[in-house]
Amino acid sequence: MMLAANMFVGPEIDWFKISPLLVMLGGVLLLILAGSLTPQWKKGAYGIVGALTACAAAVLTALLWRDLGDGEPISLLANALTFSKFTLFATFTIAIATLLAILLTSGFLVREDEDGPEIFALILCAAIGGMVMVQANDLIVMFLGLETLSLAFYLLTASSRSRSASGEAGLKYFVLGGFASAFFLYGVALVFGATGSTNIDAIAASLSKDIVLGGSSAMLLAGIALLLVGFGFKVSLVPFHTWTADVYQGAPTPITALMGSVGKTAAFVALLRVFSDALSSRSDDWSPVVVVLAILTLVVGSVLAVVQTDVKRMLAYSSISHAGFILVGLVAAGHSASADAGLGTSGTLSYLFIYSILVIGTLGIVTIVAGKGDNETSLDAFKGLGKSNPVLAMGMTVLLLAQAGVPLTSGFVAKFGIIRAAVSTESYVLAVVAMLAAVIAAFVYLRIMVSMWLSEGASSHDVSVAFSTRLAIGLCVGATVALGFLPSLLLQFTNQI
Amino acid sequence: MFGLVVVPTPTWYLVLSAVLFSIGAVGVLVRRNPLVMFMCIELMLNAVNLTFVTVGRAMSDIDGQAIVFFVMVVAAAEVVVGLGIIVSIMRRRSGVNVDDLSELKG
Repeated sequence: MMLAANMFVGPEIDWFKISPLLVMLGGVLLLILAGSLTPQWKKGAYGIVGALTACAAAVLTALLWRDLGDGEPISLLANALTFSKFTLFATFTIAIATLLAILLTSGFLVREDEDGPEIFALILCAAIGGMVMVQANDLIVMFLGLETLSLAFYLLTASSRSRSASGEAGLKYFVLGGFASAFFLYGVALVFGATGSTNIDAIAASLSKDIVLGGSSAMLLAGIALLLVGFGFKVSLVPFHTWTADVYQGAPTPITALMGSVGKTAAFVALLRVFSDALSSRSDDWSPVVVVLAILTLVVGSVLAVVQTDVKRMLAYSSISHAGFILVGLVAAGHSASADAGLGTSGTLSYLFIYSILVIGTLGIVTIVAGKGDNETSLDAFKGLGKSNPVLAMGMTVLLLAQAGVPLTSGFVAKFGIIRAAVSTESYVLAVVAMLAAVIAAFVYLRIMVSMWLSEGASSHDVSVAFSTRLAIGLCVGATVALGFLPSLLLQFTNQI
Repeated sequence: MFGLVVVPTPTWYLVLSAVLFSIGAVGVLVRRNPLVMFMCIELMLNAVNLTFVTVGRAMSDIDGQAIVFFVMVVAAAEVVVGLGIIVSIMRRRSGVNVDDLSELKG
């Protein structure tokens, strides 16, 4: 027995390459342990620790990117994680989005007198789950990341003690999220049965080896379908979108920003990994379904956004419409035979980065307008904002124009990348539907702008806003304008992927 | 007893797990008590476990059985979170029925 124990050799661990994950984990442990063993810290101190952690993870990711060169993807931790420019960029997006969301949350919690370490620890946990999802090289590791992300989100959604809507949203999210996770896991099990592995590289190798003339096996097809349903719930594609509006509305507003950025990025990048890497040789089987889902998501998301009267619900449906846009990029990335499939991948990643910043900025302003209690999110609450607080209204206008995809904002760069990828892989119908949906969605953003600038409002909106909230919104608006004028700031990185 | 020897094949277990999974999925959709809905989700996860074990056994691959432990831990963590959310809602109102939770709509 001693001999056997001595002969055991664990996998080699490259500690520096997983340092962003380790730093985040350290931040969680520090907040939970030190936070619970010491008396209440000064106002905002928990938020500073959380923000510094996310900032350190982002810096480490940037250093890793610099050291990587142009090499092939490396696998880490006995093939559990993969390490490439693709995963590093996604990790960086998650770290930045986490940083901005923590800044918003810090100001929010101080305003609501609910400052404490738990929320920040949960946000960092969600970010760890998201990073594991995007780096996973094995479907089971991806599932563990997905659950870490989702469980943290359920709790964060239900975390507001003053609003009963928050608990209701948490329960709805939990039931539907658990339901979706079970579908995802069943899909993994069936793909495992059909290919003999859960490793993404091994699945791709097994599928490219046995091209069956009669088509794919029933087990594999069922597995792909179930994976698509599971992901469809997580990224809220129509017809799996019903939870989105309720959860976005019920969750505390900064948490909604976190879900729209970190949650969407992690789930979409994982979707891209599974479908365009592991299952790319079966794209003839899944592409038609994804095209239909993309069209439905684009149209239904945009149209339902128009009829809402609550700004958070409007943004929820607009996020569904954005999800349809990103799915168009996925379809382009799935054309593995085409030389332009890389455009789809890089377009999707830049869209996710730009959209993350937009959604955090927009919901940051909604957080301020919602006021103490986080309840004033109807369209009426925005009336007269242009008179009472022109700076805030100006920032909101910039962010909404960018969401609509107006040129000289980052949103245009994002949409252009996706449409270019769709056109160069000859998905003309999808490109046209995406443009039309963008026009419908633009009406929603105009509606908010009209009520800010042209309607008379009763409320005064002159609330004192925490420095961290102002910093986060300022960074988002700045990045939106800067990337609109100088897209190469971002594209020089995504084009290398 | 009837001179008939029936040897269960992996297909039997795959079909059984598909049936269990469907029962769980239908249960989530039709039941209105959140606790029963959670139990149905657990049933779905355990049906998947059965698939993993069957596939692992059929391919003589120990991975299938190792994965089950991960899924069981995730399922346990999910229950903790879910019950926590239910308890926090119960403190606000008496009795939990998902049809009563209808503040959010539009």
